[in-house]
Amino acid sequence: MIQYVWLVPVFPLIGFLINGLLGKKISKNTVSLVGPGSVGLSFAWVLGCFWEYLHLPAKAKPVEVFVFNWITSGTFNAQAAFLVDPLSLVMLLVVSGVGFLIHIYSVGYMHDDPGYARYFSYLNLFVVNMLILVMANNFLLMFVGWEGVGLCSYLLIGYWYEKQSASDAGKKAFVVNRIGDFGFLLGIFLIFYTFGTVNFREVFAQAHNFPVGSAILTIITLCLFVGATGKSAQIPLYTWLPDAMEGPTPVSALIHAATMVTAGVYMVARCSALYVMAPISMTVVAVIGLATAFMAASIGLAQNDIKRVLAYSTVSQLGYMFLACGVGAFVAAIFHLMTHAFFKALLFLGSGSVIHGMHGEQDMRKMGALKNKMPITYAVMLVGTLAIAGIFPFAGFFSKDEILFKALTDGHVGYWAIASLGAMMTAFYMFRLIFMTFYGEKRWDHHVHPHESPPVMTIPLIILAILSTVGGFVGIPLIQGWNVFHEFLAPSIAHVAAGHEVHHSMTFEVMMMLVSMGVAGIGIFIAYKMYIKQPELPAQVTAKVPGLYDLIYNKYYVDEIYDATVVEPIKNGSVFLWQEADSKVIDGAVNGTASVVDRLSLVIRKLETGYVQNYALGILIGVAVITGYYLGR
Amino acid sequence: MSIDIPTICLTNIGPLITLSVAGLLLLLFDAFSGKAMKKAHFHQFSLVAVVIALLQTVWLWNRQTTDFSRMIYVDNFSFFFNVIFLLGTGISIILSVHYLENYRKNYGEYYALMLFAAVGMILMAAGGNLVIIFLGVEILSIPIYILSGLFREDLKSNEAALKYLLLGAFSSAFLLFGIAMLYGGTGTFYLADLAAFIKKSGMNGFTYVGMGLLIVGFGFKVSMAPFHMWTPDVYEGAPTSITAFMSVGTKAAAFAAFLRVFLEVFPTVRMEWDLLLWVAAVATMTVGNVTALAQTNIKRMLAYSSIAHAGYILVGLIAGNQLGATGILYYLLAYTIMNLGAFGVVIAVARKKDNYLNIYDYAGLGFQYPGLAAVMSVFLFSLVGMPPTAGFLGKFYLFSAAVEAGYIWLVIIAVINSLISVYYYLRITVIMYMQPAEADLGPVAMTPVVNATLIISALAVLLIGIFPGSIFQLAMNSVKIFGS
Repeated sequence: MIQYVWLVPVFPLIGFLINGLLGKKISKNTVSLVGPGSVGLSFAWVLGCFWEYLHLPAKAKPVEVFVFNWITSGTFNAQAAFLVDPLSLVMLLVVSGVGFLIHIYSVGYMHDDPGYARYFSYLNLFVVNMLILVMANNFLLMFVGWEGVGLCSYLLIGYWYEKQSASDAGKKAFVVNRIGDFGFLLGIFLIFYTFGTVNFREVFAQAHNFPVGSAILTIITLCLFVGATGKSAQIPLYTWLPDAMEGPTPVSALIHAATMVTAGVYMVARCSALYVMAPISMTVVAVIGLATAFMAASIGLAQNDIKRVLAYSTVSQLGYMFLACGVGAFVAAIFHLMTHAFFKALLFLGSGSVIHGMHGEQDMRKMGALKNKMPITYAVMLVGTLAIAGIFPFAGFFSKDEILFKALTDGHVGYWAIASLGAMMTAFYMFRLIFMTFYGEKRWDHHVHPHESPPVMTIPLIILAILSTVGGFVGIPLIQGWNVFHEFLAPSIAHVAAGHEVHHSMTFEVMMMLVSMGVAGIGIFIAYKMYIKQPELPAQVTAKVPGLYDLIYNKYYVDEIYDATVVEPIKNGSVFLWQEADSKVIDGAVNGTASVVDRLSLVIRKLETGYVQNYALGILIGVAVITGYYLGR
Repeated sequence: MSIDIPTICLTNIGPLITLSVAGLLLLLFDAFSGKAMKKAHFHQFSLVAVVIALLQTVWLWNRQTTDFSRMIYVDNFSFFFNVIFLLGTGISIILSVHYLENYRKNYGEYYALMLFAAVGMILMAAGGNLVIIFLGVEILSIPIYILSGLFREDLKSNEAALKYLLLGAFSSAFLLFGIAMLYGGTGTFYLADLAAFIKKSGMNGFTYVGMGLLIVGFGFKVSMAPFHMWTPDVYEGAPTSITAFMSVGTKAAAFAAFLRVFLEVFPTVRMEWDLLLWVAAVATMTVGNVTALAQTNIKRMLAYSSIAHAGYILVGLIAGNQLGATGILYYLLAYTIMNLGAFGVVIAVARKKDNYLNIYDYAGLGFQYPGLAAVMSVFLFSLVGMPPTAGFLGKFYLFSAAVEAGYIWLVIIAVINSLISVYYYLRITVIMYMQPAEADLGPVAMTPVVNATLIISALAVLLIGIFPGSIFQLAMNSVKIFGS
């Protein structure tokens, strides 16, 4: 099956074509069959490939499946070829698996939307591009997927384009991502310039010939990381992600939580061979990740929109993944990426279920006491929250604990301290979300009648809840030989050439686990205290530190700062360039050239007299010139 | 005394035999069959002949050899061009049917002449001897003279035919004289022997003049400046289907001969002809593009633009390297499809008796006939050379070959010229989509076959633009015969 792995993106592509071209002509049922069905086929095919890969002899791994020569020009060659190795398989499983569940969920969630077929065609196109992104065997093909998911993200954020805020958010996401893409593109150019190829295998093989810390590798990795900060919403380019919540909730779940935003993490992990040669870049990645994790978590403390809380929590969790990459724990990053995909998709879809049941209400201050109205949603949301808070034995516990542990042992005690503080805040704001939504008094309007969602929505939720519960068991770090995930991924990941391979005692590891559990527990306890026991407490706290509260409630005013320092100057500059430079200088030059060409054209036209004699004369002059030229030498 | 009877293998000229026999049969049918069956079956018969010839061509793939006492080459170069010619002929036949019926000119000889012209093209690409190439030129030209004047009652058509005949004969004389000069200088007509002679003993006065006159002869056929002036008048006056056929077929055939002669016989003395062609290429592109700007008749505009395209292709010839030759082959294939496609739309929109040939007749087409406007846009974008169309990659290969060979300024001028072409090509798109129709366009008759042809052509333009790999490889294999 691996030889036909190119079918994996082809299935959803067919789905996209059917829904996109014929969407208006075929029935809604057909659309609901084609959209999710095509992704389901992909998932099945990926499972088959995975099974086959496990049974391949070690010599045959990894597999590169050549499809066709895409561009050949001089020494430059880009193939359309797919790389099947542990890393891409994990990503494929996550993308197609979670994607499939979200497609099914969408059938229920989007059922009454007038643009039903358009929605599914975009969603399918997104899956196509995401699959290309993770399967590509070279940077250029990866960039195709990279741009493709960016486009689909734009289309889906602005899906309800008649809403001003939605189309603004789509535009914002697109523009901010362009900045990152530019960095990524520069990185690719530099890679081709340095290595003479864009193929992963060839680039990584040559990377070892450079000295550790060489300037060019540092610049390349930093450029690539700029791309990652755009796509994965890290400081300074994270501002688009919270606004992206204007899209339909399943889109937020699939694109802006579970898959697309992890592209940057995937790319950094894929390029681990380059990053380990550039310690400065590693530090940058770690610090940016850490700062993002902390800052986004703190913003999450004060948000009242249920989806915004989750959005900031996504930014924060992505920060943890980059922190892991930055300290060299690429496997831990991918592990967290996977578990995060499960529980964040679950949380978003759960919040979607809440919003669905509340007739579109997203403000948590108008919810409360939904526990009995939506028992299934409540149960799965609780599972997801326990997972993200890092409570044993839920999936997030293992992955987050591994990151914290690695931050301490391979990084810096400061990393660990700040990351742990972030984890505490995570536990706090997530339980704040649970308590505000499902507990306490009901604060919804009397005309709202909350109800549980239909099975087509709850079944994917239950499956994701199961995954969020058991998904962590593949990577139990404690006992040698139990960390299946680690062993499986090892061939795809380069390691920091470290001299100090310290073996930590088991007691130390267990202790650290207990500490991180304790940290989460404190966060939960505070949330419980503030939102269940003494509901008047939040107001008091806010009143005590009004400045700090305003600061985080207004997201540190980052949007405003960007507006004042970047957006407005560019806008004013553009207006100036448009009115002064463009309309006067450039248009003047263009019009001038055009009129010159025009006049020239009239002159030449006069040569076209229509008289055969004149034409023959022209030929004769040509002959005279040519023979004269040759006879004259 | 013994007579050597040269061994010949008829399958090597299979396509030629098929096309000639089919042409002759068509003439006989036309003379001896009843009126009813004429209209329906001539084009089908000729299409079948083209398809058979295409199959026979495929059979010839990778046969690197010569035949008929080295008179013709049977190699991948001629294979590739055969495909271009047959494709061009086939599409032109499909586009002709409805057009001719409108004029009540659905004659058998029309199709027979087209097939004969195709025979001439194939000979030009396959000729291993200058005499054969000249023969090819004439076999190609004479049917085209007749076809240009097909509408005998139409003054313009008559004018086109007469002009083309007079000037064609004029230039043929130079071509022939050049061949004679080369014979005088070297004592042979064979390309291979000519090449060996020039490599060994260098150039002399005769060969210089001969080479110069070959440039004149081929230059006329590809409409290279200053031998291009016939092009707009002939293209405008000839029946549109013939204009389409001429603009791709004649040009491709002439370039095939041009390329083969200059890269096989004169590669060692490239310094002697590159400057001349450099000047001619720049003049050709510039004249073509600048004049096209001022045209409002779409046939005339496409005529001038086809002059400009000849200029681009000359860039590849001047580069004189493998990539340049590959680029020419790729570009000619792309050009055949996109130009025929554009002409197909022109034929469809012009309707009865070419009433709608002004570019402003296209106003509102995007709304009334979105499909037609969409395929036209694809062809126009490709003619401009925008990614991801075939036209873009064709230009890219041609220009990068010239950069590789060091002709930076030539490429800069070529790119500026492409920019100029954006204006007049995209003006059509703008008119189609952004101007409301002044009056109802009325029905545009489309047969399913024409529809399918246009759609497939548009898809092909996109497809070989996005996935150029296999075509590029094929073209590269086809020019391996040129050593350098």
